Amino acid sequence: MTTVHHPAGQRATIELTVNGQRRSGQAEPRMLLSDFLRHELQTFGVHVGCEHGVCGACTVLVGGRAMRSCTQYAVQADGADITTVEGLAAAGTMNALQSAFADEHALQCGFCTPGILCSATHFLRDTPSPTEVQVRDMLSGHICRCTGYASIVAAILQAANPKKGS
Amino acid sequence: MKPVAFDYHRPETVSEAVALLSELGEEAAVLSGGMTLGPMLNLRMVRPRVVIDVSRIAALKTISLKDNLVVTGAGVVQADAMSSDLIARELPLLAMALPWVGHFQTRNRGTLGGSVAHADPSAEIPLSLVTLGGTVVLQSRRRERRIAARDFFQGALTTQRQPDEIVVALEWPRTPPDAGCAFAEIAQRHGDFAIAAAACCLRLSSKGEIAELSVGLGGVESRPVAVDTARFIGRSWPDAATAVAEHAATNVTPMSDHSVSADYRIALTKVLVERTFTEALSHAAQRWGRLQ
Repeated sequence: MTTVHHPAGQRATIELTVNGQRRSGQAEPRMLLSDFLRHELQTFGVHVGCEHGVCGACTVLVGGRAMRSCTQYAVQADGADITTVEGLAAAGTMNALQSAFADEHALQCGFCTPGILCSATHFLRDTPSPTEVQVRDMLSGHICRCTGYASIVAAILQAANPKKGS
Repeated sequence: MKPVAFDYHRPETVSEAVALLSELGEEAAVLSGGMTLGPMLNLRMVRPRVVIDVSRIAALKTISLKDNLVVTGAGVVQADAMSSDLIARELPLLAMALPWVGHFQTRNRGTLGGSVAHADPSAEIPLSLVTLGGTVVLQSRRRERRIAARDFFQGALTTQRQPDEIVVALEWPRTPPDAGCAFAEIAQRHGDFAIAAAACCLRLSSKGEIAELSVGLGGVESRPVAVDTARFIGRSWPDAATAVAEHAATNVTPMSDHSVSADYRIALTKVLVERTFTEALSHAAQRWGRLQ
């Protein structure tokens, strides 16, 4: 049998790649991936909002795809390749998308921003020249209580098409 | 917002999964993408002693053509189904419905089979399967069985799946090249649960009469329903949209809940059926034009 089994309440070692580095940590089966990334691996850019897949604050890239980290469990991520907001650009620098967020004032409190940056990274890879409707459709998976979204839409469009946006 | 403590099993094959279920079925939850089970676990709406994670079973992730059926493994991720050329070509209704499923971020992990096994009354994938007359393939250690989607869904979050079974595949009849489809839904925000959704698939004869017609409704009753459309076969199409919509609206028993009344769901049913019927006609014309 090749079935992996982790008994309830017992911590198992989870090995995975986070932001390009081999990492490991301990998790019992019920530990959310979002909690694991924060508490075990100290990637505090993973923000925890609703913890049931609605708000999008905890969105990370798993295998390059944007998804919630609160509705999966750390034990499921054994061997995964995860990018959090910390891994989008070298420490102390901002990539084009992040700069566009700064230029367009696309954040106020910043709580939702890491998740949106992760989503937009995957989205722009698949859809390099999106329409505003496509951007808004993608953003429907995130809740921002500050900006009213207009500036976030503008930032993503600017990142996709710098000449048109600036 | 943390789940109860559970035992975690991650089988790599279907036979390992069903062996576990035959032992633990009553106490186990089957976890696929987790886009609906995850929230229910975190909110402790379900408190299983055991979670069986089938998300890494490679055999559940294939999309293939078998005679007149498109067979989608239960573990096919919704985003992968959206980018499948085979689905775009052979199952245009499913291709139209998928962008309505959750959000970009949930479709990157949620699966076709997970949505069917969960059976939310407003879910788009079950509605598409019911409308197209598809089949759910279930596997237990004892047997494999097939149940028509129209019988599989029994009510909100209730299906014919037994505790020792997993959904392994969905079988979808290929849509004829001269048929047209349409999908529409109304929700408070895009990506929210639909208040009402309608799907339509139809084909005209060379004389311009309705040769085949399927109409399905989601979010209206406690399960996706197919409208009986027998009376419209052989009728000419130009005046049929309103008649089909009226017929659908008078033959449903809609739910009433905190967001909308049953009467409002009837009103939406009429609008959505008429709209999808009309759009399916022009989609058929479009596909037919492309063939010639």
